[in-house]
Amino acid sequence: MSGVDYLAPASVADAVSALRASAGSARLMAGGTDLLVQMRGGRAKPEVVIDLKRIPGLMGIRADAGGFIIGAATSGAALGEHEALKAAWPGVIEAVNLIGSTQVQGRASLGGNLCNASPAADSVPALIAAGAVCVIEGPNGSRELPVEQVQVGPGKTALAVDEILVAFRLPERVARSSDAYLRLIPRTEMDIAVVGVGVSLTLDASGMCLVARVSVGAVAPTCLLVEAAGAALVGSALDDAALAKMEAAVAAACRPISDKRGTAEYRTKIACVLARRAALIAKERASA
Amino acid sequence: MSRMVVNATVNGEPVEFLAGGGQSLLDALRDELRLTGSKEGCGTGDCGACSVIVDGRLVCACLMLAPEAEGARIETIEGLADNGHLHPLQHQCIEQAALQCGFCTPGLLMASKALLERNPDPTETEVRYWLAGNMCRCTGYDKVVRAVMDAAADLRQAEKPR
Amino acid sequence: MSDGNQGGVKLKVVGQRPVRPDGVDKVTGRAQFGADFHLPGMLTGRIKRSPHAHARIVSIDTSAAEKLAGVKAIVTSADFDAGAAGEVEAGESHAAMKEVAANCLAHGKVLYQGHAVAAVAATQPEIAAEALDLIEIIYEVLPHVIDVEAAMAPDSPVLHDDMFTKGVTPKPGKASNVAARHVMGRGDVAAAFKAAEVTVEGRYETAAVHQGYIEPHACVASWGADGQSTIWCSSQGQFLVRAMVAKILNMPLSDIKVIPAEIGGGFGGKTTVYLEPVALALSRKCGRPVKIVMSREEVFLASGPTSGAVMDVRLAATKTGKIIGAEMTLKYQAGAFQGSPVNLGCMTAFACYDVEALALVGYDVVSNRPKVAAYRAPGAPMAAFAVESAIDDLALKLGMDPIDLRLLNAVRDGAKTVYGATVRYSALVETLEAIKASPHYRTPVGNGQARGVAAGFWFNVGGESSAAVHVDEDGGVTVVSSNPDIGGSRASMAMMAAETLGLPIERVRCTVADTTSIGYSGSTGGSRVTFATGMAVVEAAQKVVADLKRRAAQTWECDVGHVDWKDGVATCTDPSKDVKPLSMKAIAGKSAKTGGPIAAEISLNAQGAAAGYGVHVCDLEIDAETGRTTVVRYTAAQDVGRAIHPAYVEGQLQGGAAQGIGWALNEEYVYGKSGLLENPSFLDYRMPVASDLPMIDTILIETKPNPRHPYGAKGVGEVPIVPPLAAVGNAVSRIVGKRMRSLPMSPAKVLAEMSK
Repeated sequence: MSGVDYLAPASVADAVSALRASAGSARLMAGGTDLLVQMRGGRAKPEVVIDLKRIPGLMGIRADAGGFIIGAATSGAALGEHEALKAAWPGVIEAVNLIGSTQVQGRASLGGNLCNASPAADSVPALIAAGAVCVIEGPNGSRELPVEQVQVGPGKTALAVDEILVAFRLPERVARSSDAYLRLIPRTEMDIAVVGVGVSLTLDASGMCLVARVSVGAVAPTCLLVEAAGAALVGSALDDAALAKMEAAVAAACRPISDKRGTAEYRTKIACVLARRAALIAKERASA
Repeated sequence: MSRMVVNATVNGEPVEFLAGGGQSLLDALRDELRLTGSKEGCGTGDCGACSVIVDGRLVCACLMLAPEAEGARIETIEGLADNGHLHPLQHQCIEQAALQCGFCTPGLLMASKALLERNPDPTETEVRYWLAGNMCRCTGYDKVVRAVMDAAADLRQAEKPR
Repeated sequence: MSDGNQGGVKLKVVGQRPVRPDGVDKVTGRAQFGADFHLPGMLTGRIKRSPHAHARIVSIDTSAAEKLAGVKAIVTSADFDAGAAGEVEAGESHAAMKEVAANCLAHGKVLYQGHAVAAVAATQPEIAAEALDLIEIIYEVLPHVIDVEAAMAPDSPVLHDDMFTKGVTPKPGKASNVAARHVMGRGDVAAAFKAAEVTVEGRYETAAVHQGYIEPHACVASWGADGQSTIWCSSQGQFLVRAMVAKILNMPLSDIKVIPAEIGGGFGGKTTVYLEPVALALSRKCGRPVKIVMSREEVFLASGPTSGAVMDVRLAATKTGKIIGAEMTLKYQAGAFQGSPVNLGCMTAFACYDVEALALVGYDVVSNRPKVAAYRAPGAPMAAFAVESAIDDLALKLGMDPIDLRLLNAVRDGAKTVYGATVRYSALVETLEAIKASPHYRTPVGNGQARGVAAGFWFNVGGESSAAVHVDEDGGVTVVSSNPDIGGSRASMAMMAAETLGLPIERVRCTVADTTSIGYSGSTGGSRVTFATGMAVVEAAQKVVADLKRRAAQTWECDVGHVDWKDGVATCTDPSKDVKPLSMKAIAGKSAKTGGPIAAEISLNAQGAAAGYGVHVCDLEIDAETGRTTVVRYTAAQDVGRAIHPAYVEGQLQGGAAQGIGWALNEEYVYGKSGLLENPSFLDYRMPVASDLPMIDTILIETKPNPRHPYGAKGVGEVPIVPPLAAVGNAVSRIVGKRMRSLPMSPAKVLAEMSK
């Protein structure tokens, strides 16, 4: 890693200027848990590393309009210590705290996980199911994108080269809502997800599903929002018939590859199993 | 090659060292500060042998850039004992034969310290999941887990008002 | 050598659990491993490795790299002694030096992705990396072969055109990838199968797995201007490193001092050299110390895993379960150069059982993968997986309890192994019975869970070792051991010395010596250190005791036969003398008056190592919708002779079991179509982490101490990895309802079997 310049700007504007000045040879860094691995492996060779963690607003969680604004560089460990966030979005929190190890969670962030744009990113299906929105800043000001529109391909995002993902907005949580994230890995920890599924639900007083969002990861070039899967649950009490419909929708949406972590057939099968299990956990949490 | 001056606190002592922009904190600790207790087992954050505590947070030093240490409070294995008095974790580790080759031990001890600072009474499952990022190939983890839980008991005992 | 039975004398130190002497350095970060040394003027060495699985090296152009400021030396195989010949004992087999040299720096051909081709030493790591990029190598890519049966096929690409299968008559006319064919057996197998009332058969496959030590290979080599050199390295054998480096660089042995650093795991994988000859060659070229440390990726690409294997086994038995005949073919991957442990697989496969008719054929097969290195009981775990699975099939077929079936067939003292040794001091039967009586085995299997049982064997060896015992002027003792400590042996050495001398353990320190400071020794491996080096320690300590008695007799002017030595004190039993007892401290303080310093050094070739046997039980459950296995309970019982330090013996059982569980469930080398390794990292080479395992209970069987060792010790380190593959496999098979024949039993594989 020779000749790399390290910058730690104190504002978004400074960070954007540094990006523009480096003409494509810079990389943004939050927790560094993907970037440093790529630099070490020679897959990333930035001339400049721009550390986002000294920018206020990129770190920390604050309540906003009934929901939350999460600084994009905030570590998963810090997110896991926020009681209100955990209570409202247990699925998002459990997802980000499944990334790697305790040590990795001490650094890894939602922003880094999303912008690294691995199809198997753990936190992304949970964020998509939650209906999170990304706040993006660039030289032309600020814009917002639903999370599911940020990944456009493996390693590629919809952000321009001089834009920075600065925060996530999670909407207000209405009563009888909750979420869950499950993944399959061969060991108990430390593996990249073979499949990951996030489900978020809102129920009415009788336990009928009013709103449902289902998102699957590691079964396509990007994490998917499977609208038909959510639709299959709406209006049901998550009975077996509705769950079966949901699984069929998930299976239809899967277009996984076979690689060293799993075959396409296995991934599709497991995606359905995890979707059902995650939906039931979300239901149980929403009813509590 | 651009090197920058980094000022940090390591094990309670102020230090100043030169670091490359792309140099990892682990390499800086080992090569600039000659604190070789933190080990490189993989360099990619998968084994935990480089575990240190930065501003109270358990991290892999191989996944942090040295310049990030500017102004930070860093704790490494070399600072775990208190002026030569072993920490209960170190003591139990030796007492219970919770180490064989000892290479993973510094990282494991720092990770365990971070655990007990947050959770003074962990269950076996909580210890195992917290330490999932600390690979050991020698022990099969059995005696390690016992040592950590016994050290937790020691620390709780020490905290009790007399 | 004294009798190890001790005649019922109660031991005071051996068998206790004192704190190990190197513990404090390891828990404080002070212990120095191979990568922890810094020397003035030290350079960083890096190695350029082949991107191809199989290629001819057409040319190597280092000129651009040489011009880079900060580059001080570059080496290729041309810098090695082309005449490097002969063999050196390595791990638990012999290594042909030419091949070791060619593995360290490729000569003519690269034979696997990651094969070292050139190396540079530079003032900064970044400069060394840049220099590697500037070295231009032109390859002629050749077709490659990875899998063992593909490599045996007649149309396979051939790695070595001078490889004609040994053990085949007449010698084959064509070169092939089969380095050797081993045959062993006895009795009439055909008749046994004819007479059999029940038979089982099956094909079993295991993948290559790595020892997985957390510390990558590392060394610092420093060439002196007069050729006298020093090497600090993490190695299981400092004498072996010296021998190999000397041959590869054509140097006298006495010009190389090898200082063993603390070693972060070896398990057999550090009983050869990869970096040391390269580092010293670089240092020789520029006159400065050179440090080379492998990255984790390099460890996977270029250091020896153990063999993957394909095995076919058949058992012939009576309907009461007596196995009367067995036949087995074993095909083991050797990697790029010959030398898989297939012969050891043949020897150990049936070593637990008294089977009259046996026929085993083993093939040592090269292919375009890294050369295999020893891994804890090399060759035995795979063979045991096949045999113990077949025995489980037999138990199921006959409706017999798996322990009872093994008890019926277990070897007892006096039986002969297939390789001609007579079974002696065996406690396999007691070990089986201990498992049968264990709390684990007596607990009914949990709902939805299944239980697997398996046995295993390892020879354990003796061999050459040296040790010295010095008495300090204040009566304390230093033990100098010839062997690197990979599992706590310093504690055991100190304990055995303390026991022999009658001292408390706190007064005995043990250190590991470099090659100039102690007599020759074989490597740490083969489960031999507590046995053989321990024997040397005890003999040296006994010599010291004899010397202390002589000095007491001299001081008292009595006959030495009237001197008793007990608990570190000499007492006079001559009724005509009225003298006070003399402590160790008292005698040591006056040593100049009684003959000079008190010390003894022993070098020996230990005979009489006793084999070990293990029996493991594994309970597990499987998520039927995902195929994912969770081990919920595990017990390892082992015939250990005598546990010198029980906690460290338990640690060996637990560590070996954990490695075996990983081997059974998730670990494997994954190759792509181009012969490139797809998972050279801890992320995708999946070793068990703390949350993957339960507590591992151990049962130490000490009913049959080895009388050939002063304290009855048998080797313990290797047996524990032999049973787990089938212990896990037998449990999975019972849940799945089908015999699992292929390792690892990853979730997708298990789900596929369950869905069939």
